Amino acid sequence: MIDLSVEQIKEGVEKKEFSAEEVCKTFLDHCQKENPKTNALVRINEQSIQRARRIDEGKLTKGSLLGVPVIVKDNFCIKGLETTACSKILRNFVSPYTAFCIDRLEQEGAIIVAQSNMDEFAMGSSNENSAYGLCKNPIDHTRVPGGSSGGSAAAVAQKMAPLAIGSDTGGSIRQPASFCGVTGIKPTYGAISRFGMIAFASSLDQAGTMARTVKEASIGLQAMIGKDPQDATNVSFSFETPDFQSNKKYRVGIIKEYFDSGLQKETSDQLNQLIKKIEEKGWEVVEVKIPHTEYAIPVYYLVAASEASSNLSRYDGVRYGLRDIQREDGQNVNELSEFYKLTRTRGFGEEVKRRILLGTFSLSAGYYDQYYIKACQVRRLIAQDFQEAFKKCDHIIGPVTTHTAFKINEKCKDPIEMYKNDLLTVPSSLAGLPCMSLPLGHDDSNLPIGLQIISPAFEDSKMIEFAASVEKLLEDQ
Amino acid sequence: MNGNYEVNIGLEIHAQLTTQSKCFSSASTEFGKGHNNHVTLVCAGLPGTLPVLNDEAVNVAIKTAKALNCEIQEDSLFSRKQYFYPDMPKGYQITQYDRPIAKGGFVDFYLEGEKVRVPLERAHMEEDAGKSTHFGEYSLINLNRAGTPLLEIVSKPEITSASMAAAYARTVRQILRYAEVCDGNLEEGSLRCDCNVSVRPKGDETLGTKVELKNINSFRFIEKAIEYEIQRQIQCKETGEKIVQETRLYDSVKNKTFSMRKKEEANDYRYFPEPDLMALRLDESRIENLTKSLPEGPTEKMERFQKEFGLNLDESILLTSEKEMAEIFEDVNTKVSDPKLVSNWMASELLRLFNEGDIENWKDMPVERGDFADLLSMIQSKELSGKMAKEVLEEMWNSGKKPKEIVADRGLSLISDESEIEAQIDTIIGQNKEKVEEYKSGKEKLFGFFVGQVMKATKGQASPQVVNKILKDKLK
Repeated sequence: MIDLSVEQIKEGVEKKEFSAEEVCKTFLDHCQKENPKTNALVRINEQSIQRARRIDEGKLTKGSLLGVPVIVKDNFCIKGLETTACSKILRNFVSPYTAFCIDRLEQEGAIIVAQSNMDEFAMGSSNENSAYGLCKNPIDHTRVPGGSSGGSAAAVAQKMAPLAIGSDTGGSIRQPASFCGVTGIKPTYGAISRFGMIAFASSLDQAGTMARTVKEASIGLQAMIGKDPQDATNVSFSFETPDFQSNKKYRVGIIKEYFDSGLQKETSDQLNQLIKKIEEKGWEVVEVKIPHTEYAIPVYYLVAASEASSNLSRYDGVRYGLRDIQREDGQNVNELSEFYKLTRTRGFGEEVKRRILLGTFSLSAGYYDQYYIKACQVRRLIAQDFQEAFKKCDHIIGPVTTHTAFKINEKCKDPIEMYKNDLLTVPSSLAGLPCMSLPLGHDDSNLPIGLQIISPAFEDSKMIEFAASVEKLLEDQ
Repeated sequence: MNGNYEVNIGLEIHAQLTTQSKCFSSASTEFGKGHNNHVTLVCAGLPGTLPVLNDEAVNVAIKTAKALNCEIQEDSLFSRKQYFYPDMPKGYQITQYDRPIAKGGFVDFYLEGEKVRVPLERAHMEEDAGKSTHFGEYSLINLNRAGTPLLEIVSKPEITSASMAAAYARTVRQILRYAEVCDGNLEEGSLRCDCNVSVRPKGDETLGTKVELKNINSFRFIEKAIEYEIQRQIQCKETGEKIVQETRLYDSVKNKTFSMRKKEEANDYRYFPEPDLMALRLDESRIENLTKSLPEGPTEKMERFQKEFGLNLDESILLTSEKEMAEIFEDVNTKVSDPKLVSNWMASELLRLFNEGDIENWKDMPVERGDFADLLSMIQSKELSGKMAKEVLEEMWNSGKKPKEIVADRGLSLISDESEIEAQIDTIIGQNKEKVEEYKSGKEKLFGFFVGQVMKATKGQASPQVVNKILKDKLK
């Protein structure tokens, strides 16, 4: 049963070939069995069985995800469940409400069976910055699953659920999908309401889906898209159901700078093979330029850290979450600023602190213009680069990362090395574009290699159609 | 000594806008309800929550800015002002920084009979913080106020005296109350005023170092605090002591200002554009419609009262000091058609009763406007003397009874029927022939005796004017 697709489960439950409870039980058991191998999950939701029973009782009879088990990254608030963004500072925080997009999934009949591991507050590219301990790559346990949605990617690869929800700020869905050999979609910024998703960098954060196939990820995405008056940056746009059998011809863009970025040999070989196939199929391949690619990393880390330093101010120990008033000498704090310091020092992990400091610095008087403002200006130039590129092509393909999954602890000591891992995923994030990762192949050590697709804003549905065609092309190999 | 210095004062007035719900959440803005009863997930800054701009707050902000003659900006932006405080749940305040909703503007008012104008720098929208109450070892936080929409009205530093600053602040309050955009209560904090004060030697081109006075909760104290601060700064200049940029508080008991924090201790607020909100774009028709919905302002009304009703400056300033008072005047005058009479009665008797009574707003006046008009009509028709009318009005105020009722109960009524008075006078003249002769031979003092006799005969209800007129005729 764990091999069934989203659609197969939905149809089976609908036609009562098996009960939702049966499905839920099977996946809960599988989660319990599989999780110790990787630590992909931080909480398994045994209560979900009751939701499944309600479906079986006929309380809900329709929905694109009827009875489908879904794993949700730990930064989406779910009513009645602990939601911590894998940070100590939110330990024991039980959310009194459910995120808009998760509510949409549940309305379509999804069963939230577990919450997945992640880098604390989605800050990281390896899932090593989690208060719940690191998550291992399911393909090679000595390697990282990528991040920050490492737990969601690993969980899908381990078939703990056919669908997982992640969030992508600078590559947090695409990179782990690539490292774990699954498909991950980050829609256009504004497509899915951020209400209830714990903020990292507001102008970049987007929820998205991860699954084994393009179609399954698309079904999940479609369920989450919808106008929400609670998020002022949420855009109302029509997401047409993609035609997964489409035979359209495409003009496919190749970003020169991405291929010149020191790719692992297998990655560039397999990309070139794909390009050849595309040409053979009669699609046009055009080279496009994103000249400001080289600035993407500093721009991204300035913008994201600045916003994060502000977004994380609310974790002050006053209203919820960790509240520490006892000093190391056993005495209680007697000053407000000391209380803040103690709570935040103990509550936040190293990487989160690093980014709060970086962001606070770049927003400070005297530095704001040369860092934050400058970064915003270059961000606009990057967006313009993409606009120019899309005059010449329909979609862009390229690598997700320069290399396949790296070793645990390999980059922990050197934040810059770690940040550079996001080189190929942040430019499209900065431009707010829909983008995704799908399995391209494997390297010589059998580690998955991902293919990135980037499309024009709000052409999410067309991107998915294109991805489905590419997926077929790769299957035919 | 003061003559050698020029004073520059700029005021920052925070006005709570009267809206049903908060600036960025759907929570109610009602004042004084149970602690933390008007708090949503957004107000409490829960993880994952986002602000959404309340359109009504924008409308009220536009109306307020228009009432202050500001130019509304078609594009404005919200920013985050960052600092930690327990009653500010997000760790930042959403405010407008470099692109406010309104720029420019001015406030006109009369100061010692002269019309003066204070130009404005800008007006911007922001959210209020919650309220902390400290109890020694612990503090309690009430978030009911957190997120209430505010408009911060920033004047140019062109106010030149403490009395001008207080008059300006009073006028702003009056304008806001006229426009019904803020209830203007300083004590409850729905209007708050920070004053930036600096002095410089006459002729200097740059402003002196500014000192900010915060949290002053009455107009009288604004004036006193600024006055003290001006003298303190001049004293510093005279003795060569350096004036430091700082925030000072006013102690109304000692009538002194004292330092709260120096500039170096001030926060770096790290403003940056609020990424959770889109830029605010306003179209012209929206601004136009809101402008049209604004009622007449106090200064315009006051100037109209002078022209239309022939009232003098002081009278019209008094009558327009509160919108409801002006409305009472106009309502009553429509029935009585004697602006001077209405104005005199309002400025003296009605105002006295208002000041002595325990109501705070003219709209709660216990006397019906129609009844007050009826009373004044009875004076006009000489049914009542002024003295009687005062008595009647007082009872009207205390009991809410109609004037006719009171007059009937007390048996008051001025006899103004000339023939009846004439008959009484004839009788009295007939009974006092000797005195008539004495009067006619020059003992004019006796006129008072005759008036007294008539009044006695009519039990004081004869119209004194009529009595005088007829007596003079008969005694010729």
